[in-house]
Amino acid sequence: MTTDVQRMSLPRRIVGGVAGFFTGLGRKAAAFFNIFRKGGASTRLSYFIMGAACLRCRQFVKGGLYLLAQAAFLLYLFTAGAPALAGLVTLGTKTQGWVFDEELGINVLQSGDNSMLFLIFGVLAVLLCLLFLALYFSNIRTAWRLQELRRRGKPIPSFADELRELMDTRFHVTLLALPVLGVLVFTVLPLVFMILIAFTNYDAAHQPPGNLFTWVGFANFGQMLFGSSRMAGTFFPVFFWTIIWAVLATFSNYIFGILFALMINKKGVRIKGVWRTIFVLTIAVPQFVSLLIMRNMLNDYGPINELLLSLGWITERIPFLTDPFLAKVSVLVVNLWLGIPYTMLITTGILMNIPEDQYEAARVDGASPLVVFFKITLPQILFVTTPYLITQFIANINNFNVIYLLTGGGPTNSEYYFAGHTDLLVTWLYKLTADRKDYSIASTIGILVFLISVIVSLITFTRSASYRKEEAFG
Amino acid sequence: MNRNRVGGKSGAAGITVLLAVLSIIWLFPIVWVVLTSFRAEPGSFVPNFIPEQFTIQNYVDLFADTSVFSFGRWFLNTLFVAVCSCLLTTGVTLAAAFAISRMRFRLRRPYMNMALVLGMFPGFMTMIAVYYVLKSINLTQSLVALIFVYSAGAGLNFYIAKGFFDTVPRALDEAARIDGATMSQVFFKITLPLSKPIIVYTALMAFASPWMDFIFARIIMGDNYEKYTVAIGLFTMLSPEFIDQYFTRFAAGCVVVAIPITLLFVFLQRYFVEGITGGAVKG
Repeated sequence: MTTDVQRMSLPRRIVGGVAGFFTGLGRKAAAFFNIFRKGGASTRLSYFIMGAACLRCRQFVKGGLYLLAQAAFLLYLFTAGAPALAGLVTLGTKTQGWVFDEELGINVLQSGDNSMLFLIFGVLAVLLCLLFLALYFSNIRTAWRLQELRRRGKPIPSFADELRELMDTRFHVTLLALPVLGVLVFTVLPLVFMILIAFTNYDAAHQPPGNLFTWVGFANFGQMLFGSSRMAGTFFPVFFWTIIWAVLATFSNYIFGILFALMINKKGVRIKGVWRTIFVLTIAVPQFVSLLIMRNMLNDYGPINELLLSLGWITERIPFLTDPFLAKVSVLVVNLWLGIPYTMLITTGILMNIPEDQYEAARVDGASPLVVFFKITLPQILFVTTPYLITQFIANINNFNVIYLLTGGGPTNSEYYFAGHTDLLVTWLYKLTADRKDYSIASTIGILVFLISVIVSLITFTRSASYRKEEAFG
Repeated sequence: MNRNRVGGKSGAAGITVLLAVLSIIWLFPIVWVVLTSFRAEPGSFVPNFIPEQFTIQNYVDLFADTSVFSFGRWFLNTLFVAVCSCLLTTGVTLAAAFAISRMRFRLRRPYMNMALVLGMFPGFMTMIAVYYVLKSINLTQSLVALIFVYSAGAGLNFYIAKGFFDTVPRALDEAARIDGATMSQVFFKITLPLSKPIIVYTALMAFASPWMDFIFARIIMGDNYEKYTVAIGLFTMLSPEFIDQYFTRFAAGCVVVAIPITLLFVFLQRYFVEGITGGAVKG
């Protein structure tokens, strides 16, 4: 269960983002040439020697930093950068192994290229080039701004002035520096890297440093989606179960959560706070703890079976987690136990906000309780919680914890490629990564899960009522 | 469940009974693990629900017996990681949220879009690459690495806090701006003091997650038991070679982990509800 980010305006953002990206690119290119045409000597010089305009205006610290950055980048490019970029193309050529050494006249062990490191340093080199380009363009913008300031006879800001700006009108730069750095290093870089892996044959048979792996284009996707191998024979069943799971898990939690909230909020029910606290208590218990406990309780020899046996209600142990069908039911039921309190909490908040006079008016008009529920309560709940519902659906597609901790994806299915009956795409991905080292296949699955999430959000968001309201916002 | 009774008038007593039954179902696993933690008989599965003999030996062993596992150490490890990543995450999240909510700059939209798109990738698809990144800076099998991993994503999880900041009246900022306050002063002196619920919510979520995550912790720590957090530690106790001997101790460990987090949640429940509903409703 997550209470993840809102993804309200996603379709518009993606379409707008892509369109904006290209028009923005066009404008930038035009500006790039225009500034050079209209620029003075120092501005033009900045195209070749970064920081020239700053130095010309006696901004020595800033100009010096630009110049230093350029020198450092060029040094990097000619020493480590260029080989790294070349390595990104080949991913290594020397395989580790025995080679005949002419001088010694014997076979010696040649240490091979490590494709993994080639890929990492290649991606890093591309990233550094992009960062440098951004710096380069900011240098040109600065030069242009300085030229304009001089033309209008305005004072040139000192370095101290610019530092002060960072705490005021350009405070966002200060605020976002650390978040962006973290995201770049620990999210974007690894993600780019893993996406690239999906287009290589980095699997159990091609492990560096012993072996090289190389680019294979869309072969992994072809094998996964169109092949007749065990891979495709695993992907589609697991994919369908993932969707069925996400639909059932999301809606069962939603419906029962609303029912719980309605029951607790009903007039005449006492000690509302106590009931609410009891159910909320389960949110507070760390999820892995409750899931591991559940796994033990549902074991063939666990307390539930023992209890039922000793009560004489059953004569044979119920295979809650070991029968393919029952295991699927079990994970859904346990997920109810985990998820209902969340929906209950949110719905309770909404129910309290529905004005009492609406109910009053409905009663005066003689509406039955059922009509009141479907005409007043439910629409209100639906309106507010649609974004939550969609977020939950995506979260359930990616619901690793419940499946992995409860059944581990099991019971195993011998017809699948290292997956079990209850495996979702993400747990299959995890197993392929952690146990099998089939990284290329795992990355392919990751990209497909991403595409599924995007498609689901696009379809549902454009149809949701709250979608139209988002324009009023932000 | 009969729908008619939800809306009806007569069903209050029936509903109370139903709620009582459901409460028992909801509390059953929790009660069972607490009972197990005090159970004197060893073994993972016993036929009786209530232990034949009670003992606190499991708790004593949990901390005192460090021959294979040292739970006390795991607990301190986790506490350390949780406190650090809580501070870092809260700072980063609030900073990003304020920038997005209050400032207008060229890359604002692209940044928001990027957060949405990145959020759609399965979080741990990147774990192997993260592992190699950490390895390249010599940080694997260390707690600092965990702090980085838990806090690094905070720059993308600003949506709920942003939703909250959006509700803080802008007129306040503008008045302060007219009086000559800088944006940083607005942030520290006006917005933050008015944002207690969201600060508590963000901090609480950040503090809780190291206690629960074990995907990254497992990848990063490998087999270095010394550096384990409670989540992977307890998970390891349930592996087939340990489960029979350690199950009651595992239960004791679960109780020890659950108590502080449960207390936090119960006391801060109000903020928590405001946090999720606020974020979900306001968007």
